[in-house]
Amino acid sequence: MSWLTNFVRPKIQSAKKIETPDNLWDKCPSCKQMVFHRDLQSNLFVCPACQYHWRIGFKLRLEKLFDQGQYQRKSLPKFEADPLKFRDQKKYADRLKEYQTKSGENDALVVAEGTVGGHRLVVAIFNFSFMGGSMGIAVGEGLLAAADAAVASKAALLAIPASGGARMQEGILSLMQMPRSVIAVEKVKNAGLPYLVLLTDPTTGGVSASFAMLGDITMAEPGSIIGFAGARVIEETIREKLPEGFQRAEYLQEHGMVDLVVHRHEIPKTVAKILSHLNPVRTTE
Amino acid sequence: MPIFLDFEKPIAELEEKIAELQQLSGNNGVSIADEVRKLQLKAEKMLKQTYGKLTAWQKTQVARHPERPHLKDYCKILFPDLLPLAGDRYFGEDQAIIGGIATFHERSVMIIGHEKGSDTSSRMRHNFGMALPEGYRKARRLMEMADRFGLPIITLVDTPGAYPGVEAEARGQAEAIAKSIETCLRLRVPIISVVIGEGGSGGAIALASANKVFMLENAIYSVISPEGCASILWRSANYSKEAAEALKLTADDLLQLRVIDGIIPEPLGGAHRQPEQTIQSVGQMLQKTLDELYTKSLSNYQEHRQKKFLAIGHGF
Ligand SMILES: [Zn+2]
Repeated sequence: MSWLTNFVRPKIQSAKKIETPDNLWDKCPSCKQMVFHRDLQSNLFVCPACQYHWRIGFKLRLEKLFDQGQYQRKSLPKFEADPLKFRDQKKYADRLKEYQTKSGENDALVVAEGTVGGHRLVVAIFNFSFMGGSMGIAVGEGLLAAADAAVASKAALLAIPASGGARMQEGILSLMQMPRSVIAVEKVKNAGLPYLVLLTDPTTGGVSASFAMLGDITMAEPGSIIGFAGARVIEETIREKLPEGFQRAEYLQEHGMVDLVVHRHEIPKTVAKILSHLNPVRTTE
Repeated sequence: MPIFLDFEKPIAELEEKIAELQQLSGNNGVSIADEVRKLQLKAEKMLKQTYGKLTAWQKTQVARHPERPHLKDYCKILFPDLLPLAGDRYFGEDQAIIGGIATFHERSVMIIGHEKGSDTSSRMRHNFGMALPEGYRKARRLMEMADRFGLPIITLVDTPGAYPGVEAEARGQAEAIAKSIETCLRLRVPIISVVIGEGGSGGAIALASANKVFMLENAIYSVISPEGCASILWRSANYSKEAAEALKLTADDLLQLRVIDGIIPEPLGGAHRQPEQTIQSVGQMLQKTLDELYTKSLSNYQEHRQKKFLAIGHGF
């Protein structure tokens, strides 16, 4: 049993602001324990009591994945942001600008290069907080750039999706990113380099049905929602409750779709191990 | 009894009147024949006007018209000797996707496409054209076979989308679609796709990552259905009309966005009014395109396909 089991729950609502962030408590959505925010942070946002994995940002992931937290970000090509001049209740161009200003990022994909266990690795990682990590032209271009970078460096490529799927506001051009992302994967595979995937919460829709399901080795974080159709859509179609654990990482592993369900703490080690077998080139950096 | 769409009501009324008059014409000779002729011209004019400026939402209705020719109708006329091939060799046979070998203008070809069905029992059998993983895996098997024997591949796309269900997910719907796209892109033989009705999202692109992609004039091709898009972005399916417009899902839109290579015109009033004529037009385009692909001394169809998809979205 974890040390938190006998912990006295503080009578603080998580919504209430306390003086310093260090004093904040978080309630685990799974086991309902209160967790000291600082402890949660040092535990990489995994509940110490039940191992529930919170969603985390790409920066923390990259920092913890690469050797000594060192990596180089690739600048990505800029493309026409709103080819459809899409507008729902709001203009897509405005929505995009808001996200760009808020996040300081150009779009939902970040590409980084460094080493893991001494093996050169290019990572294409999704920023879920940027429009739900949805895949449009910029993301497709980013994946292609990541593939080119991997081929140029003779490095493996690791894709880390966290995405609700295609970016509707880019219409058919977002659908076209499915074959385009598959071409990115082909580039890496044709160069004889390993293509790895780490599925994180959530990986659904057009993202799951393209590059995310084509890894030489596919890992997934515990509890992640992974699937093609959204649970709500399925429920509406079949009009019944979905089975327990449906579309979770463990469910996918049971159904033969995922090689490994990897605890967040074990990811760098696991990636290094895979690369030590599949990547013949070892850098000395 | 023909099925009329909401926006076709005035035309339907007129055509009903014409039919009534025609029944009477036995008794009353010339004067009624004149009247019939006049009304027929009027109906034709209305049809031309209506179909000359269909909105994206109206085209969506036409693309889904129950009497629109489906894959089986195309096979009867264009590929009468089709030898249907069944099964994915892993789990089962999914009739939402049909495929097989056929002769097409003295060439052996592989035909693959979605079939929606045309009455209650066939719609159930074909699951309304919504494939399960088995369907995409069968498509993949047939594509790989075609590749092995150098047969060009023709796919006819007509699906609301991949089937959203528990079994579909359990058996790896996402992986099945991803692999189908990958297979399309790897082929050494040419592949031509025509969206003949609905090009619904991942379920469509799984068969349409092709060297040449065409759409029928009133077909639609979209990342999400207008209803789905409206319920997410407008929070109500009542905005499907607006969503259809915003998604730019018509053949004209896609040609302009340089996602497709051409539009195949439909007879006046839509494919469902003259199915045979529609099918022949598709056949002509297929023949012409196949000839072109083979005579252009394109030796590397795989590279051609890659370049084509890499260029999409550039240069706006
Ligand atoms: Zn917990």
